Amino acid sequence: MKYLELTVGAALVYNFVLTRFLGICPFLGVSKRISTALGMSGAVVFVMTVASFCTSLIYNYLLKFSWNGKVIDLSFLQVLIFILVIAALVQVIEIVMQKLTPGLYQALGIYLPLITTNCAVLGSAALNFNAGRSVIDATIFGCFSGIGFAIALLIFASLRERLELASPPKAFEGIPIGLVTAGILAMAFVGFSGLC
Amino acid sequence: MYMLTGALLLMGITGTLLGVIIALFARIFKVDTDPRVELVRELLPGANCGGCGKAGCAAFAKSVVAGENLPSRCPVSSQEQINAIALALGISAGSGVRKRAVVRCGGDMFQTKERLNYNGVCDCNAAAVVAGGPKGCRYGCLGMGSCANVCPFGAIEIVNNLALVHRELCVGCGKCADVCPRHVIALVPADAEIHVYCNSPEKGAEKRKQCKVGCIGCRKCARYSSDQFTISGTLASVNYEAETLPGEEDVEKIQCPTGALLSAREHHRIETHDPNWKKDEK
Repeated sequence: MKYLELTVGAALVYNFVLTRFLGICPFLGVSKRISTALGMSGAVVFVMTVASFCTSLIYNYLLKFSWNGKVIDLSFLQVLIFILVIAALVQVIEIVMQKLTPGLYQALGIYLPLITTNCAVLGSAALNFNAGRSVIDATIFGCFSGIGFAIALLIFASLRERLELASPPKAFEGIPIGLVTAGILAMAFVGFSGLC
Repeated sequence: MYMLTGALLLMGITGTLLGVIIALFARIFKVDTDPRVELVRELLPGANCGGCGKAGCAAFAKSVVAGENLPSRCPVSSQEQINAIALALGISAGSGVRKRAVVRCGGDMFQTKERLNYNGVCDCNAAAVVAGGPKGCRYGCLGMGSCANVCPFGAIEIVNNLALVHRELCVGCGKCADVCPRHVIALVPADAEIHVYCNSPEKGAEKRKQCKVGCIGCRKCARYSSDQFTISGTLASVNYEAETLPGEEDVEKIQCPTGALLSAREHHRIETHDPNWKKDEK
């Protein structure tokens, strides 16, 4: 039951974009074409998984420790240290990918460094911390949250590709009709609530 | 106090550690890039037009450094810029003939009949597949501006339903020639003044029915100079490899009966100022 919540729950029921409203910026920014949306989705799933793993290590073993018989609780530093770690992590991943998989590096392009400022990644770390998840649970949660983000982004991108061909009223063209569509999509995802 | 020291220590140590890790990774996984590529890329105009045949200026810089291309392949750079690149790399600049695009069609909305009323998507490639487009001539310019849309330099304007190349803006990258479904746009040497503004290989009488300014293949120009003009079937064309390209005075002497043979300047004047122009029969 716990794993159902960590997988289906993270991906669909509490979808990062459409239920928690995190990561809206890339959701609107890179959803114009399916190909770019795919690149962004791949990068987010990857970074979210690794970031969740690293941040869970930190809050499990570093933020709360005893020293000289005193318990030092540094959990108020969570946002600061999570951002630091995620930014460094993305940087390292970028360097390694440029060397080892130049093809993938080229394909992801600008989206990889953009993820540093994606609030969904920080959000998954913060949610893991609040729920006090173990390292394994947090990693699973991070991975499936990323997949949830990818699902929402891909659905929205394919909708927007079709919207390009539709002829809405002049005032609705472009972003406005996209936002209306996103709202309806979010309402559709409410249908998953109560699943777990 | 413990709290403060702990917080400072934690952040300090983590920050330093992460910095060291990034520095280490940057060193271990260093990707060696040729500094010359960056140098050449800065010397290039950065238009990313693709006229050299590469994906963009960065890709062209790479190929120049690798010796696959000569700097003169770049159609946008001036001769000084090309020489600067050649000097920086210590290679020969190469001499490229500057090219310019010319739309080999004079059939604007006043000269060519409309065969059918097309009100679909305003795009030449879309219009060309709908019963061969609205114009009476199946070989002429469709005038929907697909070439104008892809031109990175804004050198093509649609006037009177006909694509018109502004010669002072065109660098000859050839993007328009690639997109044109009728292949009516040709890349010609930039100093060519005279062009045959017709692209149709149909019979003269057939052309005459649809278009007032088509080439009817009368061979007047070829008789004037068989070196400067070539005739294939019923279509004359300027031989751009001729030793001396024809000039405006040659057009005066030839007196093309339909007005398909024009100087680029005259063609420009007609389309912008005198669209109802009619070649007077002499």
